[in-house]
Amino acid sequence: MASDTHAQTVAYVRDTMIPEAEPPAMESGAIKWLRENLFSSTLNAVLTVLSILAIYWAVTHTVEWLVFGIWDAGSLSECREIRDMRIAEGIWPEGRNVACWAVLSDRWNQLLFGFYPQDLYWRPVAALVVFFIGVAPILFDSVPRKLFYFTALAPFICYWLLWGGTIWGPIFVALGFVLAWAVIRFGQGIVGPLAATIAAFVVPILYWIFVVGPLAGAVGAVAPIGIEFVESNDFGGFMLAFIIGITGIVMSFPLGILLALGRQSDLFIINKTCVIFIEVIRGVPLIVWLFTASLLLNYFLPPGTNFDLLLRVIIMVTFFASAYMAEVIRGGLAALPRGQYEGADSLGLDYWQSMQLIILPQALKISIPGIVNTFIGLFKDTTLVVFVGLSDPIGFTNLIRATTDWNGIYWELFIFVGALFFVCCFAMSRYSQYLERKLATDRR
Amino acid sequence: MSTLTDPPPSESFRLSQLIYDTRYRSLTIQVVAFMLIMLGLSWLVSNTVQNLQALGKDIDFGFLGQPAGYDIGQRLVPYDSQATHARAAFVGILNTLLVAVLGCALATVLGVTVGVLRLSKNWIVARLMSVYVEGFRNIPTLLWILLVFAIFSEGLPHPSTFRPDAETGQAESTMLFGSIAMTRQGSFIPRLVYADGAILFVIAIVLALIGIWALRRMAHRRQDATGETMPVLIPSVAILLSALIAANLIISAGSRSNELSLVAVGAEDGMSLAEFSGAAGRIDFCRIRGSGGSFSTQNLLDEREISYRAREFFGDRDSARGLARGECVMIAVPASEAAAFAAELTPELRGDAVAVVLSDTVLEGPAVQVEVPEITESGIARFEGGIPLRNPLIALWLALSLYTSAFIAENVRSGILAVSRGQTEAAFALGLRPNRTMSLVILPQALRVIVPPLISQYLNLTKNSSLALAVGYMDVRSTLGGITINQTGRELEGMLLLGGFYLVTSLIISGAMNVYNQSIKLKER
Repeated sequence: MASDTHAQTVAYVRDTMIPEAEPPAMESGAIKWLRENLFSSTLNAVLTVLSILAIYWAVTHTVEWLVFGIWDAGSLSECREIRDMRIAEGIWPEGRNVACWAVLSDRWNQLLFGFYPQDLYWRPVAALVVFFIGVAPILFDSVPRKLFYFTALAPFICYWLLWGGTIWGPIFVALGFVLAWAVIRFGQGIVGPLAATIAAFVVPILYWIFVVGPLAGAVGAVAPIGIEFVESNDFGGFMLAFIIGITGIVMSFPLGILLALGRQSDLFIINKTCVIFIEVIRGVPLIVWLFTASLLLNYFLPPGTNFDLLLRVIIMVTFFASAYMAEVIRGGLAALPRGQYEGADSLGLDYWQSMQLIILPQALKISIPGIVNTFIGLFKDTTLVVFVGLSDPIGFTNLIRATTDWNGIYWELFIFVGALFFVCCFAMSRYSQYLERKLATDRR
Repeated sequence: MSTLTDPPPSESFRLSQLIYDTRYRSLTIQVVAFMLIMLGLSWLVSNTVQNLQALGKDIDFGFLGQPAGYDIGQRLVPYDSQATHARAAFVGILNTLLVAVLGCALATVLGVTVGVLRLSKNWIVARLMSVYVEGFRNIPTLLWILLVFAIFSEGLPHPSTFRPDAETGQAESTMLFGSIAMTRQGSFIPRLVYADGAILFVIAIVLALIGIWALRRMAHRRQDATGETMPVLIPSVAILLSALIAANLIISAGSRSNELSLVAVGAEDGMSLAEFSGAAGRIDFCRIRGSGGSFSTQNLLDEREISYRAREFFGDRDSARGLARGECVMIAVPASEAAAFAAELTPELRGDAVAVVLSDTVLEGPAVQVEVPEITESGIARFEGGIPLRNPLIALWLALSLYTSAFIAENVRSGILAVSRGQTEAAFALGLRPNRTMSLVILPQALRVIVPPLISQYLNLTKNSSLALAVGYMDVRSTLGGITINQTGRELEGMLLLGGFYLVTSLIISGAMNVYNQSIKLKER
């Protein structure tokens, strides 16, 4: 045997273990970590030193400015007076430069709520709470499933809380969906599945157009239950960004799925229509679409119609996001192996069943990062509505900077607005990473 | 075998087959969909026609030929307020493309650097780069644009602080490296000005590139044949440099002794420069952008302490037009053509003014000179000469580049991570050194993953440049889609053209991307 001959040729073989020893000082603990992670080569050492210098510079230049900021003043010049006074009194060292956070304590309500009536601030806050409760069962598994009933009601509650007015409008609009469900549930037995499906689209639409208005008016006259009505013109600040962002996200997702399926479809006309829609929307910047909404939409609608600018903007943002969403989901659909489609067919599932049960769950899972990126992009893009005259947070920073009191201030406002956007977008991207980990069933 | 006993399907066509028979169903659905789509479209069109009629408008693109009547500060081609709306739109398109190209270049450099550094084994560098990426991509572009604009237009010193104090001779602010002025009214960087015949530089560069290509090909062939590698980088640089130096020597030989004559409007025959200056007071000099002759003439005027103001024009035709309109009164032209130029110009001039060749001449100077921006000595403090970079351009350029670079960094990172470790190990096993592994094994595979999303980021940057509106940069949206629409009331036509421009740009870029994708696709099976 080879090992035997080997053993014979070796002159010395140790037959006892050497005692265990500590690893060399350079190869253990903090020193090892430093050596491997910070100073592994000359280039790395240089980069480390440069980074530390950069961090030091940034910290020394910002921390003092941030921490000692003045919160209690009526204008920028007052802020500067307070600073100069403190320096003159010797409380602060010479040359200290501080932030003037007073602009936030003075104008926080506009930055968050726009011109929404001050005594009604509880309503947008309540709407946000309702939204989070409604969305909780979608986001997290541990939440009771019963909450889905609340989720279905949440959009109507949110609408009513934000705009106010009579409670009967949202209630009767919501009843339209119940009607659609009833038609599909009970109509199948009477007129067959196809007619029931068509009726489920047509009946509620007719109901919304012709019945809801008079009905809500009549019931409202008998039982006037409602809260104060607030015009969309008074909406502004982060509230507006949230309304546009959340509505856009909620509506663009199903629309995007339909467009993606249409683009994958074998039906020539449906396919080409979806392709043209997606490419045209994606090829033109959102800002051009927003101007189209504000300048041109009235041309395309029946003469005399004039509806809310906020609604028009929401529709445009939704279309825009859904085109991007469609491309992301199409990527997911294309990435699925052909066998999944064939498997679904061989089980005898029809198109919608196979999509719902086999294809979409997998395709959507693959496209989660892209979908969430589109959501984040949409939320950031809500800032563009400032160009068509809606006062979003950036619109208010411009307004505030144009007043005599706060002329010349910019860092403080931009930091506040930027920080709020950052928190929202960063939270979304973290959630998507959590979701990816949770759904990663294919990896062991 | 029950199937055999089944009755054969009846061939007669029933109406319900249109819905329940898969052979016909897709056709039915398509016909219904087509009818619905056409109905919707015709509804939109009829609404539009009715609305236009109600407003008494028609669809007419004739407004493009009318004078625009507004000024554009940032322009790459000659333009003034008498030019047409079409010209204004063209200036806007060029401005959009300018900021897009500048932005893509800077974003790529930043993005690749950050993406590679984020993968660095250096803990602190990797963390810093994560902060960079997360910070830039989670905050709206518009906010970055406004912030950069605010910093540049409110945080930087006023041009007047660059002017030396009368008593102390010291200026409050100084220029970077003595040649870059950053002020709240814009930044000014040095400009290279060329003597006539600078086209030779272009020819030299093209020839050098052909030479380099031939050299690389030869090196490749030799390596294939013999296995020996040839140094390529240093010879390539040498070829390029020697071509440029040769071109410089050739042009300079002519231009250093090339005499320019000054043609002045309103001078008398045989007047010298000093006499003309005495007669006319302050001279409006037609400076041609990037021309060495104009630069040398200005130096002469400075030297002789003649009072003048420079008006800038794009090339000969534009400056001749400026002379005819009386925007400037003196220009430098080659001595041999001066008399003919003056004779041709005279009938174009207003009234009975005459263009005359002055007796002084100027030497054109070396092939390449550096024009450094300078603060005006009297009057309103502003910088003259050099390349002016207005704050809107800088804000848009920097903000879009920083924002997009965060996304590009992520693409680069994922592209490099997409190449499996086994590739590196296999390359090492073959005995390739780390830098060759990178250039021959990792990069070609990573590029396949990186390039498509990179190009779509370029597309996004181009589309985001329409945010120029926020800082008053005159891009195509602000000219064609902004002022032109407001002035003519042609919303429908203007938005159609604007949308068309963006759509065509996107389709061209994505078409090119598809061709590229096809060409690099893995050839399997």
